[in-house]
Amino acid sequence: MPFAPLRALASVPLLASPLPAGPYYGLLAEFATPADLYHACERVRDAGFTRWDAHTPFPVHGLEQAMGLRRSPLPWIVLVMGLTGAALGFGLQWWVHAVAYPLVISGKPFFSWPAFIPITFEVAVLFAALGAVFGMLGLNRLPMHHHPLFRSKVFEQVTDDAFFLSIESWDPRFDPSTTGALLESLGARRVELLESR
Amino acid sequence: MAQTDAELVDTPVAGRPTLILRSPDFHSITEVVAEPLERPAPLGWWLFFIPSVALLGVLGVAVSWLFWEGIGVWGLNVPVGWAWDITNFVFWVGIGHAGTLISAILFLFRQRWRTSINRAAEAMTIFAVVCAMMFPGIHVGRIWVAYWMFPLPNQMDMWPNFRSPLLWDVFAVSVYGTVSALFWYVGLIPDLATMRDRAKTRARRVAYGFFALGWRGSVRQWHHYESAYLVLAALATPLVLSVHSVVSMDFAVSILPGWHTTIFPPYFVAGAIFSGFAMVLTLMVICRKAFGLEHIITLRHFDYMAKIMLVTGTMVGYAYSMEFFTSWYSGNPYEFFTFMNRALGPYAWAYWIMISCNVISPQIFWSRKARTSIPILFAVSIVINIGMWFERFVIIVTSLHRDYLPSAWGYFSPTVWDVACLIGSFGLFFTLFCLFVRFLPMVATAEVKTVLPQADPHWRPGPEREIRDHRPVAAAGGHPASSEGGS
Repeated sequence: MPFAPLRALASVPLLASPLPAGPYYGLLAEFATPADLYHACERVRDAGFTRWDAHTPFPVHGLEQAMGLRRSPLPWIVLVMGLTGAALGFGLQWWVHAVAYPLVISGKPFFSWPAFIPITFEVAVLFAALGAVFGMLGLNRLPMHHHPLFRSKVFEQVTDDAFFLSIESWDPRFDPSTTGALLESLGARRVELLESR
Repeated sequence: MAQTDAELVDTPVAGRPTLILRSPDFHSITEVVAEPLERPAPLGWWLFFIPSVALLGVLGVAVSWLFWEGIGVWGLNVPVGWAWDITNFVFWVGIGHAGTLISAILFLFRQRWRTSINRAAEAMTIFAVVCAMMFPGIHVGRIWVAYWMFPLPNQMDMWPNFRSPLLWDVFAVSVYGTVSALFWYVGLIPDLATMRDRAKTRARRVAYGFFALGWRGSVRQWHHYESAYLVLAALATPLVLSVHSVVSMDFAVSILPGWHTTIFPPYFVAGAIFSGFAMVLTLMVICRKAFGLEHIITLRHFDYMAKIMLVTGTMVGYAYSMEFFTSWYSGNPYEFFTFMNRALGPYAWAYWIMISCNVISPQIFWSRKARTSIPILFAVSIVINIGMWFERFVIIVTSLHRDYLPSAWGYFSPTVWDVACLIGSFGLFFTLFCLFVRFLPMVATAEVKTVLPQADPHWRPGPEREIRDHRPVAAAGGHPASSEGGS
């Protein structure tokens, strides 16, 4: 990983990558096209691997099904955060106008709830959006500036036009030679064994 | 070359022409967007940036003088207590709406052409909201108590009034700014990682890498990422409709003739999208030429945007006439006077500028030729921006300058400081936009790559097949054979 200050940060236990220790991180295979990667993912999924991933420069349609991923739980985080925001926004207005600082304005009742709707909505959206962004970062364990994959020189192209499949060495079915042969048989252009840390 | 049925099956959406011209590969998309950011700034950029910073300086002087002397330096006086300040506020908030429409609403409707323009349009939204938020902040006069707008008890232990549309507005605009910035940043993460991985110098790698958060394009990450993006789009859609509705309630909830109108929320939202698309068009005409992006931001994109402007401009025209009808049909003499006075009174010049710019000028877009002519699009987009500024001026000032008693009638004239604040806000906007196109990828490359035919995992490369656009609209524009292509 390129830079020292962040490498130092990565050694903080809370921020350290949650990867088990081992001599190898795993195998990294490069594929030529989204179609090749897609079919390789289907085969790796069907072979029963669990600790593996695909890497693409853009979201390839349907690849999560080819990998057999379950639906993201993110919408539930967003729902809970949105409801929390709505409750807080409404509660604040009720508490201020009906409890803490009751003041007659335009002859309205203290608890004039229809007038509280716009701010309730806005606070709900704010909390839900924060939940979506930070929930996504949390589920993806980002920021994580240090990762064994970054040791590979070719992996830099993953954000440009290269398609990769990685199988981690702590997958129960992992074996450096047979798994490598499997990846090559699936049409990988190149297979690389990556060291861990 | 005639397209056979077998070839049509090859394209992701059979029978539809590709959105991106010149059939680029993935790498060339990265290259065309990222490469200009890695060269020293060209002269043309400085020619935009230096005047923008100069105008920003004008804003600095104007706002400093305003703080020092008070809002009397503006032309405000009884009965016109709101004029250019709030006009500018509503104008800039409105500009922002097109960015959210493109990034969120068109995303939900699966309008994939948005990918070419959404990044720049979202940036425009954020910078427009920055300009907008400045005006309510500075117009309060006693800037040191601007925190009274926050939901806090002030030094007199008083709470703000949550039942007031003005406070709804504080929440709506600040939440809108925050959510727009989050949405924009989430969209930027993969492209920042691209910039990180391409970086030639350590400084660039650290700077882009820090904000890329260690993104590694993992499908397990894309999976949550796409979910977050969809949720943000679904949240931003009602949010953007709520923002200009709440802005319009600043007026509509009052009991002032000319403001107290139920049509305001939809009318303001349509006007906001109208003006925002005009601003997107102004910016994109310049940017695609300057950065050689004619094959990514094609004439078809402009064609679509012109159609949206035609629709929203006509909706605004409907609202103008319906306001008139309602004022007559209400039988309320004050209401009817306000509207007759708008069209025929001392501000008739402003009213007719508004009508000609906003209702008449976009009608040219019934013609496909006009929708795909860069000079016409550019000219009309500027005209619409002017017209939409005048719309807000007309709504605000003509409703205020005639009170119920003739003894309280007046005429607002701007001072040099009003003018300085308006042109200075353009300086702020263009400074931010210049910095954006200089340092961040102005096209969402990760998204544009998804609309290329070869991005589909079921696409099979045909033998020597050239993917080209068969419709005349784009053939006239982005193809390298034409005069438009390449720069």
